[in-house]
Amino acid sequence: MSLVARHLETNGIPTVVIGSAIDIVEYCGVARYLHSDFPLGNPCGKPYDKEMQRNIVNQALTLFERAREPGTTERTPYTWGDNDDWREAYARVDDSNRDQLKALGEERRRQQARIKEAGATRAPLISQ
Amino acid sequence: MTGTDVRYMQRTRDYYRAQGYTSDYQWARHTEADFTELENPLKESRLAIVTTAMPDTSVGKKMRTVTITACLPPPASMFTDELSWDKENTHTRDVPSFLPIEQLAALASQGEIGSLSPRFFSLPTEYSQNNTSEIDAPIILQECRADKVDLALLVPL
Repeated sequence: MSLVARHLETNGIPTVVIGSAIDIVEYCGVARYLHSDFPLGNPCGKPYDKEMQRNIVNQALTLFERAREPGTTERTPYTWGDNDDWREAYARVDDSNRDQLKALGEERRRQQARIKEAGATRAPLISQ
Repeated sequence: MTGTDVRYMQRTRDYYRAQGYTSDYQWARHTEADFTELENPLKESRLAIVTTAMPDTSVGKKMRTVTITACLPPPASMFTDELSWDKENTHTRDVPSFLPIEQLAALASQGEIGSLSPRFFSLPTEYSQNNTSEIDAPIILQECRADKVDLALLVPL
């Protein structure tokens, strides 16, 4: 997505990215980024929290006018919950799932070989 | 980045190594970015939305190309199963939590922005950065121009 933001910006359309993977967005480099420090999936606010969703979009809009240089990152004022346990969940690797992941990898490689044989030229980045 | 931010690149590398992959995915890396100043104030600007969620239709579930959908009425659901989001801690059943059509339509009716573009764009997440940069990004630019879009809000899940 950051690559599209860069392309639009290069061609005269100002952009704001709202996301939750700050390392990936900043590594790619975009003009304006609003970071929601949430689990991946709800960058515009917690599900069904209309006020938060409205405020985050408002902050993104004002970032269009506030940012003065490329690489401007802002954060929303919100946290996901009372603790940080969610941070460990995504793509967790530990003794409980190591064998399962190995088997999943083998199945994925079989699947990828079938897709390639079928002549597909486009494949999802990550499919779990 | 702060100390508590999740390192998704490292997390993903470890996850795929655990699956037996030996070559790490290389994320796009740039140390500079272009920056376009706003030509008009927000109140006079038309905004487009770009999402990584696909339409929740038989076509949307199969398409691996840019898909264009009317903003109104806002979709009640979007197809997100193929995307990498935190399926343990949250869900995507509330569309405005990741696709801000309702919020922007309300702001347009209040006069806070000029207008919401009539169509939004679904960008497929791609292993190939060339497909994103050389095929999908130019399509989105072209369609934004067709819709006379002034500003773009991009929301990856």
